[in-house]
Amino acid sequence: MKARRKSVILVYAVLIGLSAVMLLPVAVTVSTSLKELTEVYHEPPTLIPQKLCWSNYPAALTTFPFLRYLANTMIVVSFSITGTLFSCTVVAYGFARFRCRLNKVLFTVMLSTMMLPGIVTSIPTFIMFTRYLGWYDTLYPLWVPSFFAAPFFVFLLTQFFRTLPTDLLDAARIDGCTELGVLWRIVVPLSKPALLTVAVFTFMGQWNDYLGPLLYLQDPDKFTLALGLTHFLSGGAYNEVYGTAWNLMMAASLVVMLPIIVLFFFAQRSFIEGITLTGMKG
Amino acid sequence: MALRRETKLLLAFISPWMIGFTMFLIGPMVASLYLAFTRYSIQSYPRWVGLQNFRAVFLGWEPNFYHSLQVTLVYVILAVPMGLIVALSAALLLNLQSIKGKSIFRTLFFLPSLLPVAASGIVWAWVFNPKNGLLNRVIELVSGQQGPEWLSNPRLALYCLVVIATWGFGGGMIIFLAGLQGVPRHLMEAALIDGANMWQRFRHVTIPQISPVIFFNLIMGMIGAMQVFSVAYIFQQADASVSREATHFYVLNIFYHAFLYDRFGLACALAWVLFVMILILTSVQFWAGRKWVHYES
Repeated sequence: MKARRKSVILVYAVLIGLSAVMLLPVAVTVSTSLKELTEVYHEPPTLIPQKLCWSNYPAALTTFPFLRYLANTMIVVSFSITGTLFSCTVVAYGFARFRCRLNKVLFTVMLSTMMLPGIVTSIPTFIMFTRYLGWYDTLYPLWVPSFFAAPFFVFLLTQFFRTLPTDLLDAARIDGCTELGVLWRIVVPLSKPALLTVAVFTFMGQWNDYLGPLLYLQDPDKFTLALGLTHFLSGGAYNEVYGTAWNLMMAASLVVMLPIIVLFFFAQRSFIEGITLTGMKG
Repeated sequence: MALRRETKLLLAFISPWMIGFTMFLIGPMVASLYLAFTRYSIQSYPRWVGLQNFRAVFLGWEPNFYHSLQVTLVYVILAVPMGLIVALSAALLLNLQSIKGKSIFRTLFFLPSLLPVAASGIVWAWVFNPKNGLLNRVIELVSGQQGPEWLSNPRLALYCLVVIATWGFGGGMIIFLAGLQGVPRHLMEAALIDGANMWQRFRHVTIPQISPVIFFNLIMGMIGAMQVFSVAYIFQQADASVSREATHFYVLNIFYHAFLYDRFGLACALAWVLFVMILILTSVQFWAGRKWVHYES
């Protein structure tokens, strides 16, 4: 029994140690974001700021057009969520409901496309959007594709729709409901948790997306937050005496992380279910 | 007749995906295959040059191909197993019955993997900054000596990127946890009754039972790591002293050819070479997986 207790203590020690390693970068980000610049460069380094310098936050957010970047990001995010929810719900219902041989073939094709490396398609897609549609330096390339059903979310919703009781759907059909009516009146209300998962993942994907904005946006006024933040690195936060104003950099980074952190705490279950389902198809 | 109606409805409902599949997948893939055989700068029209791009790639006229491939493969070989081992270990610990506060630990381990790379990249760039970064200041405080130039030393820079990749093990851990929860209890109990010790139970019950999940994480980790881009790019932006040599990953090389040097044909050829390499690596894994991946039928 004693050996068992020892091993439990050891497990806790490992878990706490690992947590510390995981959290350390975030913790020092918070701490640095609240320091005065003199303290950032002060020897020896401090973990807890001597004076909490909250004014770093407004200062950081005014050294680059934060609100504009936020607005751009929200445009991309909201259109993407709308598009993803609409298109993926309809497609997933098709795959879940209408069984035939073609269904199985196409579903397999769709799943296998999830493994394709994005870089192969990204160059011709870039040419199509910029040269033929004239969408260079606009937000369209970032959200228009979401109206065409991303395989991952279709898969996630199809799995969910297949668990719904078919009796209920058949009853509605007998009562004269069309297929779209069944989908809209019965399937969608019953699938709120799954739809929430899709929305949360879409938000996160678009909020965090770096390569998309990097390829398509050139005018700094059109940047999203993720791209704007790194742009800020090379310009805004520089102090004549000390060099890089790391306190402002950290404050700005934290602000960009914050929505993801908040969302994560509210919708942790959605995140975990979504990630789990991707693994379970394997 | 009934079947036909079903098929028609199916096609109607899935048409958004079929359009997307044509426009954003098959179309671009065919286009990029064609462009790989052309010389193409975006203002002009593609001009057919046969195998010239591929000759450039393989015969070393394109100076960065072998180098970027090597850097990327070393990164894959280090980062993927590291991520798998840490993710599996954490999942095993969190799956122990006697541990309390599981959900707190799970949250702490999972969250970093979700943070935007633009923001966490900046934080890491500061952590490894040689002059006033966190790591070297701690080293100086403890040992009184100047720490190494983490990011300008090619070898160290690569290790730093592996550390950052490992930091994002949370997603893999969540998938492992789900897999571990699916291991049937009766198998564990049977092994226990037969007198199997902890290692034997792990080796002969847990591992075979979760092998499909290990396989999935391995394949996805590999495909992802082959395409590593953002962190390296952000590092190069953040700090002029960052070793270009160590961070010149394959996809970064493609990116520079296409979007900096306006060589879209060459970039497409490079992308297709990467695609075929990933295809081969994945097929090899699937072939090898038949020997060790155990599917419950």
